[in-house]
Amino acid sequence: MLALIGTVPEPEVGLVEGEAGREPGFIRVGSRRFPVTRGTPALIAACLAAGEVLGTPPPAVFLGGDIGRGTGSRLVYRRLVDLLPQGDFSLVVFHYLQPDVDWHNRILLSVEGRSPRPILIADAGFMYAAKMSGEAPRYDLFTPDAGELAFLADEEAPHPFYTRGFILHEEQNVPELILRAFRHGNAARCLLVKGRVDTIACEGRILETIASPCVEALEPIGGTGDTLTGLVAALVGAGRGIAEAAGIAARVNRIAGALADPTPRTPVQALIEQIPRALRSLLDSAARLHHSEP
Amino acid sequence: MLRWLKRNPAREEKSPPAAAERGILVFENTSEVIRAESRLRESGRSVRVMGPPPEIRTGCDLVIEFPLIEELAVRRLLEEQGLRPLQVVPVSGPLLKPVDLFQVKDFGDCLMVRAANMKLTFEKQTRLIVNVSGGGCPDVPYLARELIGKTLEEAPEPRRIGHTLCGYALQLALEECRRRCSL
Repeated sequence: MLALIGTVPEPEVGLVEGEAGREPGFIRVGSRRFPVTRGTPALIAACLAAGEVLGTPPPAVFLGGDIGRGTGSRLVYRRLVDLLPQGDFSLVVFHYLQPDVDWHNRILLSVEGRSPRPILIADAGFMYAAKMSGEAPRYDLFTPDAGELAFLADEEAPHPFYTRGFILHEEQNVPELILRAFRHGNAARCLLVKGRVDTIACEGRILETIASPCVEALEPIGGTGDTLTGLVAALVGAGRGIAEAAGIAARVNRIAGALADPTPRTPVQALIEQIPRALRSLLDSAARLHHSEP
Repeated sequence: MLRWLKRNPAREEKSPPAAAERGILVFENTSEVIRAESRLRESGRSVRVMGPPPEIRTGCDLVIEFPLIEELAVRRLLEEQGLRPLQVVPVSGPLLKPVDLFQVKDFGDCLMVRAANMKLTFEKQTRLIVNVSGGGCPDVPYLARELIGKTLEEAPEPRRIGHTLCGYALQLALEECRRRCSL
């Protein structure tokens, strides 16, 4: 079972958990509905949209109401430390959570004892804590953007806010920064670096770059990185390998972005609505290619 | 913010004290740090917002560096504001500096400014904030909701309503947007 873990910017929510569902512009968890603007709801909505094509069961989600004070994140952390040692999760995705190394280490400890150990994907705040803890290689996938990659590559920085200036965040430095992050043990087993060119690297080697279709207006749109992580989660949950899932997800996110025909003002929901169509068309083309091979 | 720090007369008059003479104030969260920083600056003290040393880092924190000799007065001043530092620690080594590089991307009628991991995009003609992206701390979706649809001037200060380093980075991006509009 797939578990998606993060926060929503509604402090009164406390802790919400359950199977997620999708409605136009919203995700639903139990009796609660949350608007899909960016952050973890965008990740969940993208995962659900892909699941409609892949035919996978809906994910279990754990959401804390948090506007940065860490209260909701701590409710989630506390729940997971109890749940993960006995939960039946094959894939766990950690997202917008207050970075806290102590809680991170307790969470990691709670899954390390499982056999088989679930696949672990981290993005956003939990990825920051994972890197700072020195336990990054225990994760299967991180999904940083160029700025976050610079942070992973800077062995001194505890948060992207402190990335040193000499480690430039320019996209042309991505291959060098990837190698540096691996060299210092600050990368997960695989990285999917989101940007103008998406780059997939595993165990110190760059495997693939994906540059088309290139939709410049996606960069300022909040949530487009979250949808990419949600897509990878759906594909890994459906049984694809990490690197393969990352490659498909990057292409689908780009195609969905192109179909949405965005401007910098476009909300991420417009992209999410195109995910089923984008994924279906990509899988159909791959199937046609496969059948036409001698 | 960093440019403002550089222009601040209090900082220009006094160079930072040597490491052994410096202390750091550690608070519960970033919003307390920001309130304390504002109050100490108003009182004319030479303080700097910095990254904590490794032994007291939790993951998303800032500290205030100040002249250790002023500890008593600083504590009293903060207590008047209801601010009680969790710890006051002497500085024994170099502290991390916040990011001070901005990247700008022109989308024709919109401009995007990135500070660290946060990006803010506004419409050039109306100065309306049209999108916020990047970041990973839980106040980012909240801050985006509060800022989008407002002009650069109307927008609430992320450093006042945010609580994390991502919120602080968004403040820097907002200030850089305003600065570019004033050129």
